[in-house]
Amino acid sequence: MKNTAIEELIDTDIRHSDTVCTNESALQHPWWYNFKYMIGGIVLGIVFVKAEIISWFRIQEMFHLTSFHMYGVIGTAVVVGLCAVQLIKKLNIKSIYGEKIMIPPNQFNKGQIYGGLIFGLGWAITGACPGPLFAQLGNGFGIISVTLLSAIAGTWVYGKFRNKLPH
Amino acid sequence: MLELLRQPWHWSVAGLIIGLTVPTLLILGNKRFGISSSLRHVCAACFPANIPFFKYDWKKEIWNLFFVIGIFLGGLIAHLFLQNPEPVQVSESTSQILAGYGINDFSQLMPIEIFNWENLFTLKSLIFFVLGGFLVGFGTRYAGGCTSGHSIMGLSNLQLSSLIATISFLVGGFISANLLLPLIFKFL
Repeated sequence: MKNTAIEELIDTDIRHSDTVCTNESALQHPWWYNFKYMIGGIVLGIVFVKAEIISWFRIQEMFHLTSFHMYGVIGTAVVVGLCAVQLIKKLNIKSIYGEKIMIPPNQFNKGQIYGGLIFGLGWAITGACPGPLFAQLGNGFGIISVTLLSAIAGTWVYGKFRNKLPH
Repeated sequence: MLELLRQPWHWSVAGLIIGLTVPTLLILGNKRFGISSSLRHVCAACFPANIPFFKYDWKKEIWNLFFVIGIFLGGLIAHLFLQNPEPVQVSESTSQILAGYGINDFSQLMPIEIFNWENLFTLKSLIFFVLGGFLVGFGTRYAGGCTSGHSIMGLSNLQLSSLIATISFLVGGFISANLLLPLIFKFL
C-alpha cells in the first residue's frame, strides 16, 4: 500500500479514532524490531499473574470494597506513570532512535461514559480487563479463548454500528 | 529466590512495574501503552468487512499484537514456573458473598466452578464468557480504551477524558458486582 500524503493523513486519523494507544513513530523498521515489545509484554504478563490481577476473586473484592489490593496496583501505576511522563516532557527525553516523544491529547466524547459503563459491567463479570484476558489464557484457563473471541466480536460490532451510536 | 517469586507479589511491586511500562514503551519506540486496541487490530487484519472504522493500515500498530502475545507468554511462563501452590486469599466478607453464589473453591486464580470447559454449552458460559467478553470488547472500544489506555496511560498524561472514562469503568463495575451478579447467580 503506497500512500500519498493525504491518504497517510486519513489513515492516521482512523487509527487514532477511539484509541489511546497508538504508534507515534514515523520510523519504518523491519518487523523483527517488534520483538522488544513482546519482551515488555512477557514481563507484564508475569506481573498480571503473580500480583493476582488476573484473578476473578480480586476483581470481586475490588468492587465489594473488601480489599485495597487492586486500588494499590492501579494507584501506584498511575503515580509512577505520571512522574515518568512529566519527566519525559520536562527533560525532553528522546526515544532510543532519537525521535521526539509524542503524546497527543485525547478528545472527550460521551462514548467514554457509555462505553466505560458497558466495559465496567463486563469487567466484573469476566473478572478481567483486556490485558489480563491474554494472561488468563496463558495461565492455563483455555476457556478464556471463548471470552477473547467474544471480545473481538464486541469490538467488531462497535465498529459496524459506530456511526449510529451517540458520542 | 524462586520461592519468593512464587508467592503472590505485593501491589506496590506490580504497580511500579506496570507504571514503568508507560515510559518504557514511549522510549523504546514512541508507543503509547494500551491493550484493548489489539482487539481492533485483529478485526482490521482478519474481518475488516469494508467497515470504515477498520480501514486503516493495521501493520503500523503490529507492535501492539507482539505486545499482547508477550502478555500471553508471560501468563504461560508464570503458569509453568512460578505457580503458587497455596489457595487465593480472599477477604472474609467477599468469600461469604461468593459462598452464597455457590463458589467455594479458591484453589486457583479463577473459580473453577465457573471457568471450566464443562460449562461451555450452559447458561453460565453464555453469561460469563460470551456476554462478559462482548461487553468488554464493545465497551472498551466505545470508551476509546481500557484500564491500561485510559486509567494508566491517559491518567499519566493528565487527560480529563481518561479520568471520566476511569470513573465510568468503576461505576459499571460496582453496579455489575453488587447488583447484576447477585441477580445472575439467583437464576443460574
